[in-house]
Amino acid sequence: MAEVDTGGGKKVSTKVDMTPMVDLAFLLITFFMLTTTFSKPKAMEVNMPDKVTDPKDVVKVKESLTTTFVLGEGDKIYYYSGVDNQVVNQTDFSENGLRKFVLSDIKSKVLNFGNDPVYIIKPSKKSRYKNVVDILDEMAIAGNYVVQYKGTERKTKLSYAMVAITKDDEELVEKFKTGGPAAPAATPAP
Amino acid sequence: MSKIKMNRKSVALDMTAMCDMAFLLLNFFILTAQFKPEEPVTVVTPSSVSDVPVPQTDLMTITIDKNGKIYFGVEGQFVREKMLKDMAGKYQIGLTPEQIKSFTLASSFGVDIRQMAQYLDLTPSERQKFPNLGIPCDTANKGENNQLRDWIAYARYANMPNGMRIAIKGDNDANTESIEKVINTLQDQNINKFNLVTGLEAKPDLSLFK
Repeated sequence: MAEVDTGGGKKVSTKVDMTPMVDLAFLLITFFMLTTTFSKPKAMEVNMPDKVTDPKDVVKVKESLTTTFVLGEGDKIYYYSGVDNQVVNQTDFSENGLRKFVLSDIKSKVLNFGNDPVYIIKPSKKSRYKNVVDILDEMAIAGNYVVQYKGTERKTKLSYAMVAITKDDEELVEKFKTGGPAAPAATPAP
Repeated sequence: MSKIKMNRKSVALDMTAMCDMAFLLLNFFILTAQFKPEEPVTVVTPSSVSDVPVPQTDLMTITIDKNGKIYFGVEGQFVREKMLKDMAGKYQIGLTPEQIKSFTLASSFGVDIRQMAQYLDLTPSERQKFPNLGIPCDTANKGENNQLRDWIAYARYANMPNGMRIAIKGDNDANTESIEKVINTLQDQNINKFNLVTGLEAKPDLSLFK
C-alpha cells in the first residue's frame, strides 16, 4: 500500500475512515428500494360494449343528453350536440378546452334534466392514439366532479362510448374546417 | 457559552455491524431488482390519471409503435412455447428447437409468421433492423387472414385454465386506425375488457371548475 517514509521509525496509523463508503452504500440501497417500485407502469381499464351486428340491438340514447366528439387531426376535437346536428364547434385538449366544456356540460345537463350527459366519441383516421387516451382520461376525471343538485352533492356518472366514425361525420368536419354552411353562427351566412 | 465546564468524553462507536447490514441489504435489493426484458421497440405511452398497476400474471401485451406496427408478447416461457408450436402448426412453418428456445426467451416479437424462422435466428439488436416488422392484422373478410387474431387465440388456449389479461401499450403518435384494428380483433373474439398502459399523471383539481 502506501509507503511511509518518515525518518526515525515513527508509526503512522493506517486506519481508513469508512464514512463515505457507508454513505454511498445507503444511497445505493435507497435507490434500489425506490426504483424497483417505480418501474411498474400503470394501466387504464377499458370496457368496450359487445360488438353489435344487428341494428335492432343498438342501444338507444336520449338525444337531448348526447354530445358527439369527433377527434380530428392535430389534437383538435370537433363536437356537436345530439346525434347528427349540423352545428359544429371546435375545442382542444387544454384545460380550458375539453375539460371546461365537459364539466360545464355536466352541470347544465344535471340542473336542467336531472341526468348525466351521454358522450359519443368518434376518432377520425387522422387522430393519434394519444387523443383517444386523453379523451377517455377526461371522462374518468369528470367522474370525480360533484354537482350541487336539489340540495345534495351529486356524484357524476358519465356514460360514454367510442364508436367508429361515419362518412357523414367526416364530411361534417371537412365542411366545418373550410368554413362552409355548417360553421357556427359566428360567421353569418350571406 | 456556559460557565460550567462540560466533561467531554470521546465516544468511539464501532460501526462494523451497521456497515455489514448495509451491504447485506444492498445485495438483497440488487438481486431482487428485476430488469425489464429487452423490448423489440421503444414506445412512449400517453399519460392518464389512472393509478391501477398493470397486472403481472397471465398477461398478454400488444404493443403498437408509432408507425402502427404491432408486437405481441405473453408472460411465461411454457405458454410462449405452446403458442408458437400451435401457430407454426397452423401455418406449416418448420422451426428448429434452437429457434423455439430463442422465441421463448424474448418478451415480445413482431414479425409475420412466415418469416419467423429468419427472425428467430437474429440477435435482439439485429431484430430491430429486420425489414417488415410487425404482425399483420388484416381485418378484412371477417379476419380470416388475421394473424394477430390467431396469436391471441393460441395464447389464450395455451394459458388455460386461467384467463388472460390483455394490456395494450400504444405509442402517443400511433394512428388511431391501427388501434381500432387491434380493438376490433379483440372484440371479434368477445374480449371486451382490457387495459391500456399509460404513464402516471396527477389528478387535476376540479374545484377550480365550480
